[in-house]
Amino acid sequence: MIKKLAPCVGEYKKYAILTPIVMIGEVVMEVLIPFVMAKIIDVGIRGTGGIDYTVKMGLLMVLMAMISLGFGAIGGRLAAIAAMGFAKNVRKSLFDKVQDFSFANVDRFSTASLVTRLTTDVTNTQNAFMMLIRMAARAPIMLIGATIMAISINSKLAIIFLIAIPVLGFSLFFIIKNAHPRFGKMLKKYDEMNSKVQENLVGIRVVKAFVREKQENEKFDAGADAVRKAQVFAEKLVICNMPIMQICMYGCIVAVLWFGGNMVIDGSFDIGELSSFISYVTQILMSLMMLSMIFIMVIISRASVTRIVEVLDEEIDIKDNEKALDLKVKDGSIEFKNVSFSYSNDKEKLALENINLSIQSGETIGIIGGTGSGKTSLVQLIPRLYDVMEGELCVGGENVKDYSLVELRNSVAMVLQKNVLFSGTIKENLMWGDEHATQEEIEEACKSACAHDFVMSFPDGYETDLGQGGVNVSGGQKQRLTIARALLKKPKIVILDDSTSAVDTATDAKIRKAFREKLKGTTTIIIAQRIASVCDADRIIVMEDGKIDAFGTHDELMKNNKIYQEVYESQQKGE
Amino acid sequence: MPGPNRKPGAKPKNAKKTLRRILGYLTEKKILLGIVLILIAFSSLAQIVGASFLKVVIDDYITPLSMNYTSELMAGFIRVLVFIGGIYLIGAASTYIYSRLMLTISTNTLYKLRTDLFRKMESLPIKYFDTHTHGELMSRYTNDTDSLREMLSNSVANIISSSISVVGVFIMMVIYSWQLTIVVILMLFVILRLIKFIGGKSGMYFGKQQQNIGIVNGYIEEMIEGQKVVKVFCHENESKEEFDKLNSALCEASTSANTYANILMPIMGNLSHIQYAITAIVGGILTINGVISLGTVISFLQFTRNFTMPITQMSQQFNAILTAMAGAERIFEMIDETPEEDNGYVTLVYAKKNSDGTLVESNKRTGIWAWKHPHKDGTITYTEVRGEVEFDDVVFGYDENKIVLRDVSLYAKPGQKIAFVGSTGAGKTTITNLINRFYDVPDGKIRYDGININKIKKDDLRRSMAMVLQDTHLFTGTIMENIRYGKLDATDEEVIAAAKLANADFFISHLPQGYDTMITSDGTNLSQGQRQLLAIARAAVADPPVLILDEATSSIDTRTERLIEKGMDSLMVGRTVFVIAHRLSTVRNSNAIMVLENGEIIERGDHDDLIAQKGKYYQLYTGMFELS
Repeated sequence: MIKKLAPCVGEYKKYAILTPIVMIGEVVMEVLIPFVMAKIIDVGIRGTGGIDYTVKMGLLMVLMAMISLGFGAIGGRLAAIAAMGFAKNVRKSLFDKVQDFSFANVDRFSTASLVTRLTTDVTNTQNAFMMLIRMAARAPIMLIGATIMAISINSKLAIIFLIAIPVLGFSLFFIIKNAHPRFGKMLKKYDEMNSKVQENLVGIRVVKAFVREKQENEKFDAGADAVRKAQVFAEKLVICNMPIMQICMYGCIVAVLWFGGNMVIDGSFDIGELSSFISYVTQILMSLMMLSMIFIMVIISRASVTRIVEVLDEEIDIKDNEKALDLKVKDGSIEFKNVSFSYSNDKEKLALENINLSIQSGETIGIIGGTGSGKTSLVQLIPRLYDVMEGELCVGGENVKDYSLVELRNSVAMVLQKNVLFSGTIKENLMWGDEHATQEEIEEACKSACAHDFVMSFPDGYETDLGQGGVNVSGGQKQRLTIARALLKKPKIVILDDSTSAVDTATDAKIRKAFREKLKGTTTIIIAQRIASVCDADRIIVMEDGKIDAFGTHDELMKNNKIYQEVYESQQKGE
Repeated sequence: MPGPNRKPGAKPKNAKKTLRRILGYLTEKKILLGIVLILIAFSSLAQIVGASFLKVVIDDYITPLSMNYTSELMAGFIRVLVFIGGIYLIGAASTYIYSRLMLTISTNTLYKLRTDLFRKMESLPIKYFDTHTHGELMSRYTNDTDSLREMLSNSVANIISSSISVVGVFIMMVIYSWQLTIVVILMLFVILRLIKFIGGKSGMYFGKQQQNIGIVNGYIEEMIEGQKVVKVFCHENESKEEFDKLNSALCEASTSANTYANILMPIMGNLSHIQYAITAIVGGILTINGVISLGTVISFLQFTRNFTMPITQMSQQFNAILTAMAGAERIFEMIDETPEEDNGYVTLVYAKKNSDGTLVESNKRTGIWAWKHPHKDGTITYTEVRGEVEFDDVVFGYDENKIVLRDVSLYAKPGQKIAFVGSTGAGKTTITNLINRFYDVPDGKIRYDGININKIKKDDLRRSMAMVLQDTHLFTGTIMENIRYGKLDATDEEVIAAAKLANADFFISHLPQGYDTMITSDGTNLSQGQRQLLAIARAAVADPPVLILDEATSSIDTRTERLIEKGMDSLMVGRTVFVIAHRLSTVRNSNAIMVLENGEIIERGDHDDLIAQKGKYYQLYTGMFELS
């Protein structure tokens, strides 16, 4: 897991390595300071050193503190550079990876979860990383250093630590080990409670319309109470940390006073040394505390790291074919040979079953069928948004897998059902289709998609800012812009996946007319709910349960196909 | 209206008032909180007393014993040690008990806050939800409560104990040696100035970092949301390049912010070391001159640490407290919102018909509903609920300057089907929202069975009508529970009957768990059509005299719609129905069709009338005009 993230340290490696090294400087100073302190008291004040010695040692101590401060500050700066740089790289590799995801990859993660992984999870990992490089060296070195110092002062007295350290260490370990699953449970309850809130926010009209406020309140109370109980259950363990720590520390101090005191009385120990020994007691136990904090931090961040690595480990299932990269798509013919397809790669759950289909270059094809009949699945295979499971799919006479993805997708323009525009101006959005498009070409495409007129009706015309997600245009306008964007690619095949559902029938007809006139020679595939949108196509595919039920002209289908007739009839009533 | 870009502020507007309210929640269990305060004091004092007894042990026992051993003195030494041990033990025990009590107090406080918040949310008018994004309201429950939780479980006890420590240690220091105390105080000024300087810098850069995080997260969201489009246009490299730019800017800002945060601790820690050294030098000089004793110096040095540490700790808590306060303020803001007003006094009751045709109230479900109307003179009249709705010159706007409905008048007889047609924003949904008083009408009158709806209790009014919306909104629970949402005391048989009526029974009985199938996150495990059927069944089980269908079938394809149609038709029998539909096939057979434009009814009549008029409806019908 950690191996997977290590390369993300990258160019910040030297900072990441330097941080703990510099921290060592700080810790060494910190460990030595009580020693100097002891000298001041024993030699300077009580012994023969006198005032000169006291001042000299005092100044030495100030100097050491300054050095320690310097190291600490530099270490802090280095840690910030390393951790933020690391986070930047993690974010970048995640983002790049997601950009390379195929449709199937994206389907496996939900959009919301991908966003969380790139934001919250990266932040958690970054914080743990910073803590780790700052503290990982510091805590053990302080522990070891302080222990050595304590032993060098009085090895017999240091036996106390042989008891105290394992007791504290074991208690802390026990708490962490048991608290972790409890916190997991708490987070689960917390999620449940929040989804209750979410549900009520989204469905507030339903709640109010059915007058169910009281019942919803009761359900929420139960959820909030579960959170409360889970939090108490988890935290009542963690709060033991502090008193246990205190008991160990206080116990050590009393023990040091008793045994050390007796040694002083014997004359085998010095009073100054006794008080510096007490300082080391504090340092040793504090560093143990710090170690346990690092463990907690690492454990908490483990879930985040796992989620990040899951994304990085995701195998991208549609890749460029190495051997035929300069093959060009020569025309817009499409051929399906015994194609079967499943979203889960499961033969039991086929979305398309044994499709055989031949479309000539320049034909206009309509596709009709109920929700879930496989219309979208069928067309998504053409630009290789998904790979076929069985059989073969050819575009321009060659297997789609033999083209480079860029070549294939530039030749096959697909207007998605759930389409989006991005923040920026209308022009910027259209130029996704062709970044070198001239104003004339843009207007030409918009005219074909019946978008030019309404774009010009905006005060800023093509420079109109769309805002995030294209919120400033209506559904029908948005659909027409996405069609224009696809046309700018000057593709050999255009696929409209229910892309005019929010456009009125008259405009819809106008778009189709423009397509017929201006896109001669371009293969056009139109998926639609309305018979009116497809009836003037050269041929129409009727889909049902992942299979092609019929393929023919409007008149043929009206004569022979039951499904087509039914759909036609159901729409004649109204439209 | 707070825009979607409103960043949660880090600074509370009125900290004093907010603090008082949090205290209000905390002090609900006054005795417990009192005990906590006393225990915190014990715990801090134990530390101070323990440290101060170091001097006693060294000066009065160890030093004399090392020179002149007497068993009496030795017994005293043991006694003092036992005493110190006892005090320490009490301290540790106090720490545990107050932490445990504080945990109870803080979790109860959070529970209370959350339920108060939710109760208030449920009671707020629909208007409130129109003007606040879900994300914004959701963050009251997540970010804002979290920061408060953080403060309650860490900062509160910490600040109290730190303050007690600081005051206690200060007193002890003055008692031990006022000369050394002056040295410590002088150093403290230097430290505080530094905290202020670094804290300010760090705050500024954290602000910048927050801003950059917002930008980067926004970009991530947009690009992941549109990832499929990126793929279709082979736009991966462009979006990666743009991301690199934003990501680097974030890295720069967060490096600065964290640098300042990181260097705070070493600076504070080492300044206290320097303070320690200077105190030692001055103390050493004073000892040699015989002004103070050796034990005093040793104890005093212990104090300096106990004095500076809590101050540094408090300064670190400060940011957390500010954030929590700002969060609490937003929570209280929502709790203080005015709930939906309801001055209605006409209630909905079950009724029985006497042989002479008069209505009497019944406490059992009879199939007949009546409006119970108490009058000023003390008499009570009963009116049968029939579903007659009348609009009389209704004028309405969501805000005062923007009128959405102009002089709308309409009359729906019981059992009639009334349809509304018109483009988005014409006011179709608004009309139905007025019928069930999601919004109140300032001008004009709406009467329900001859009663002004403002006189009807909102809950009872809504109970008398059911809604099926385009977005179905199912709730976590089984299918059975979701249908029962329409009528809580419905038996299983009633639920199944409703499902059969809505044509939903067929697919439900084909699910492996049948009616016990769990619905998760708004029913994503069901198809759109299936969800819609459940929503219809939910309305059917409620069995109300009035039904509102707002684009109930528009996300279903026409063939599936025909399957539902039967269910819909049987649901509509004998009810007053208001239909809003995009698809004209759905409204064709209505008794009356109202064509709305800019909040006005411009045409009305049945299908044939309107076609004959060759007006807007005719244009829509023949596809000459855009609907959406």
